[in-house]
Amino acid sequence: MQVTMTVNGTEVTRDVEPRRLLVHYLREDLGLTGTHWGCDTSNCGVCVVLVDGEPVKSCTQLAAMTAGHEVRTVEGLAEGATLDPVQQGFMEEHGLQCGFCTPGMMLTARALLDREPDPDEDVIREAISGQICRCTGYATIVRSIRWAAEHPATTSDDAAAQEVPA
Amino acid sequence: MQVPAPFDYVRATSVDNVLELLERHGPESRVIAGGHSLLPMMKLRLARPEWLIDINDLTELRHITVDGDWLRVGALTRHADLLASEVVGRLFPMVHDAEKVIADPVVRNRGTIGGSLGQADPAEDLTTVCDVLRAQVFITARGGERTVDIHQFHRGPYETACEQHELLTEIRFPIGVRQGSAYEKVERRVGDWAVGAAGAALWMAEDGTIADATIGLTALGLEGLAVDAAAVLVGQRPSEDLFAEAADLARAASSPIEDQRGPVDYKRHLASELTVRALTKALDRAAHSTAVQGG
Repeated sequence: MQVTMTVNGTEVTRDVEPRRLLVHYLREDLGLTGTHWGCDTSNCGVCVVLVDGEPVKSCTQLAAMTAGHEVRTVEGLAEGATLDPVQQGFMEEHGLQCGFCTPGMMLTARALLDREPDPDEDVIREAISGQICRCTGYATIVRSIRWAAEHPATTSDDAAAQEVPA
Repeated sequence: MQVPAPFDYVRATSVDNVLELLERHGPESRVIAGGHSLLPMMKLRLARPEWLIDINDLTELRHITVDGDWLRVGALTRHADLLASEVVGRLFPMVHDAEKVIADPVVRNRGTIGGSLGQADPAEDLTTVCDVLRAQVFITARGGERTVDIHQFHRGPYETACEQHELLTEIRFPIGVRQGSAYEKVERRVGDWAVGAAGAALWMAEDGTIADATIGLTALGLEGLAVDAAAVLVGQRPSEDLFAEAADLARAASSPIEDQRGPVDYKRHLASELTVRALTKALDRAAHSTAVQGG
């Protein structure tokens, strides 16, 4: 069947089986391998992407069900060469080691900050509680998201102004 | 890689369309909403429908409305919608207690109340919540709509009163005065099924005695309400001793099995302890609900 959805701002159409899971549609049909594929059972959360701005486990959603909706993957976080504050935060606060959970963690963080720009630690821990990290013990992930909250993105005009050499 | 077996997919455009599609495709067709119970079962071949009827576009089934003495919740209402609803938290705080510990926040963005009740997993939380709050379930068929009490809806593990050609469309909760409710669950980690849980609701009389009460248990081997446990509360003035007596009866009504979540003794202990906690919290909330609803 033909499935059309918007992925990172671009409308894409592919012919897929109805049983195609969104995670495999993104990784294999679109080549967007930034979305990771882990437990297959909606437990680990490495496959989280944003559908209409909300975190969703893409191993437990059909591509067909996503037709007509807007998907944002980790490839759509940065704007050109400018990292999203969440990505910058994960760099600044060492929010990753192996990186397997990182795309899902960052997308959930982005959705959280869009909804609640200044979350405290408890709110952050609750938001990422459906996602498993086996490296960091979560402490640095929480700090990374706090960093992003404290350094919100500037508007593109501001960003352009900042890029002007001193 | 776990993927479902092949099937055909159709996106429904209205409730009538769902009913028409269910009739056309027959017993091998299944309705899919959030998909967080059905898709895992399809991956494991525990379910193998030939047709999936996607109802996610039916926004008329996604609502939370106060209508006279009832709170009406559309079957497609997401767990996250219930948790975000101020009116749900105010009228039925027990629903929020349970929703906070159902799966995890990402799963709650997709899973629906209708899907949870329809799946009828024996360890599922919302069945107990609906039992305790004496909810009614609306089921629509081509011939019209019918209402069933939640205890008639739930027929046992993975089995409900909703027939193949029918669609669960709405859940209605009766709004009471001087009512308080609470749900207490013990789980091993976020997203896990309950080791055990208890829910309770109290309806207080004006003189401070208990006019009515319900107690339910989750994953502790009790189908339906703990009737005897609730009965000792009615007409009495609430006290620690009274709640302990009810909790003993709830424990007696439980018949948990030993599994990887714990031994029988521990689960029986939970039946008792979580009943006390739920009753205590429900009482406190009933006291506050008078002020809120009176104002």
